[in-house]
Amino acid sequence: MLSIELPKFAIGETIEWLIRWLIYHLAAVFDLVSNALNYVTGLLSSGLTAVPSLLLIIIFGFLIWLITSKTTAILSAVGLGLVWNIGLWLQLISTLTLVVVAVIIALLIGIPLGILMTRSSKFETIMRPVLDFMQTMPPFVYLIPAVMLFGIGVVPGLFATIIFSVPPPVRLTYLGITQVSEEMKEMAIAFGASDWQVLSKIELPLALPSIMAGVNQCIMLGISMVVIASMIGAGGLGAEVMRSVSRLDLALGFESGLAIVILAMVLDRVGRSFASIKETPARKVICFFRARYNRAKNSKSQVLGITTANNEGGDT
Amino acid sequence: MNVKIKAENLVKIYGNKTGKALDLFRQGLSRNDILKETGLTLGVAGVNFEIIEGEIFVIIGLSGSGKSTLLRCINGLLMPTAGSLVVDGKAVEKLDGRELRKLRGEKISMVFQHFALLPNRSIMDNVAFGLELRGIPTDERRKRAQKALVSVGLEGWQNSFPSELSGGMQQRVGLARALVTDSDIMLMDEPFGALDAIIRMDMQEELINLQARIKKTIVFVTHDLDEALRLGDRIAIMRDGVIEQIGTADEILSNPANEYVEKFLQGIDVSKILDASSISKWPREVMRETESVSVALHKMKVADTDYLFVLDPMKHLVGMILEEDLLLLANKKEKSIRSIIKEARAIKSDTVMRDVYPELRQAEKDLAVIDDEGHFLGVITQYTLLVTLEERKGGDGIAEH
Ligand SMILES: Nc1ncnc2c1ncn2[C@@H]1O[C@H](COP(=O)(O)OP(=O)(O)OP(=O)(O)O)[C@@H](O)[C@H]1O
Ligand SMILES: [Mg+2]
Repeated sequence: MLSIELPKFAIGETIEWLIRWLIYHLAAVFDLVSNALNYVTGLLSSGLTAVPSLLLIIIFGFLIWLITSKTTAILSAVGLGLVWNIGLWLQLISTLTLVVVAVIIALLIGIPLGILMTRSSKFETIMRPVLDFMQTMPPFVYLIPAVMLFGIGVVPGLFATIIFSVPPPVRLTYLGITQVSEEMKEMAIAFGASDWQVLSKIELPLALPSIMAGVNQCIMLGISMVVIASMIGAGGLGAEVMRSVSRLDLALGFESGLAIVILAMVLDRVGRSFASIKETPARKVICFFRARYNRAKNSKSQVLGITTANNEGGDT
Repeated sequence: MNVKIKAENLVKIYGNKTGKALDLFRQGLSRNDILKETGLTLGVAGVNFEIIEGEIFVIIGLSGSGKSTLLRCINGLLMPTAGSLVVDGKAVEKLDGRELRKLRGEKISMVFQHFALLPNRSIMDNVAFGLELRGIPTDERRKRAQKALVSVGLEGWQNSFPSELSGGMQQRVGLARALVTDSDIMLMDEPFGALDAIIRMDMQEELINLQARIKKTIVFVTHDLDEALRLGDRIAIMRDGVIEQIGTADEILSNPANEYVEKFLQGIDVSKILDASSISKWPREVMRETESVSVALHKMKVADTDYLFVLDPMKHLVGMILEEDLLLLANKKEKSIRSIIKEARAIKSDTVMRDVYPELRQAEKDLAVIDDEGHFLGVITQYTLLVTLEERKGGDGIAEH
């Protein structure tokens, strides 16, 4: 039998070579980033653990009440209390810290990238396949370069999480801004807006619902990845899951899995409230103060001879 | 007479590489040929005009004739491909970015066909938008926005949101937003095009009243001939990027420059020029059934008249009341005017001029004009009819039609 040996394209090898090259030449940079991230996450998680757990649960409950509703807040607090009760509170805090830091960084990267895509069609054509790639590559694969670049620990976990959760904010920022009508932008320009003002006063505010949907998705991807990232030493609830699997400890496995579910649900409700900031208590509180402020203002302006009384309005 | 805006051989070709298209244009090729050769659209094909300070200059033409393109060259939203556009002695196309923003922010404001109100902002913040862009402190811009809202009859609505307002009211907000910057020039691109007929008439009336006070230079784009004749101190008729004729309504009606203009004037809507609605005017005051005797007396005094038309909330004509009846009621200390509402003589808006005159002679007071559904559109007085007939005698004897 005749067989033809086709040379294989060395894609994988090239990527590996590239990563090694990066490590060799940019080690100082990675060290710096690594130290900074370690510092931030360390600070946040030690801050959160310094507060008595039950007090923290109450504080969380209150914050959740502000941006969602009473029922959600109570259920969230009960869920978190349960996690505390089964003794996984510290792990939950460290997972939460990772998610929060990763999401913030992902947003800081993703939203500007989304904006850039709307400004340059060339950049947009480049980004599209890159985003597809980032979203469809199995997330485990990110763990390898993460470890090569940053070793074992929290930082590579963060790195992998950020890469995995960055596409939604990019895409949805881009989508939101491109959906802003031309007439609105033209209006702003006709009234003398600069490029920056068109972005900040027209495009971003009008794209906000879409961007917030991106934030929500980013949080959800973040939490799913943080669990995977515990395979490379990111710690937290994921690590408990890993341990239970290796020991075939069903009790621990179920409890830590449940804790992840609870955290995910709480974060999802919070993220959703970002996507639809409407009749939340926070809004009501803000409205209340704004109304008082306006009333104070009005009584002042009435002295100046400006009436702001409500009348039927000019429909004649 | 101060020339405020001046266009000199203004050409606008859409697209990036316009050099070849411009050459073809200069060789005298038509718009279609240029499109075929280069794939580029000739928006404005070499126009010249001067707009005088304080006038309402109407640009009218069929869809695609280049009205919006021309308008957008005035505030530099579009840059001319060739020629020049001069505002207050300065060529707009030569300004740098900062000067251009200053021009738009302080000297020229704009009103849009679909209002372009920001849905996420209150009416107040929409009106103050132009001032906000200029970095004017909150207190001052609120004060000025409030004043602008009052001047368009929307006091009390400042905390509402655009979605809570009717179309007509939304465009009042658009108007207030353009007024608040104290610009000398106001560009209006079919501002009433999205409103239904009755509201449109109201807004036209309001614009005329407003203009009497503010005396801005207004460039008003429309494709409604009736609107152009009502509003325009001068009218420019555009076709395929070219201005066919510029002149006052009278000049154009009595002396169409060419066959196209003539056809344009008849073709689109002959009845509009000749019918009752075209010479009717909204009265100074009208009554609602529910208003009281004292309000009626007050309104009569303000409007300097001895009768008023009575409308229901939907603006259907209910009837009229006379001063003498009203005084009787006032003596009897009655409040409601309902008992003295008389039938008012009214004609349909599409009644041709010839039939208007006999009607008017039979009417006790002036003649009301209504549409098919009975909506009140305005009034024709002996005086307006006479003036109109007089004005148009020079033309082709419209009254004989
Ligand atoms: N951004 C653009 N790019 C290319 N061509 C354009 C653009 N805007 C307008 N045009 C073309 O330029 C010509 C003039 O358009 P313009 O919008 O000035 O017409 P208009 O008189 O305002 O019409 P309408 O009454 O429909 O608003 C049209 O043929 C139109 O297709
Ligand atoms: Mg147009």
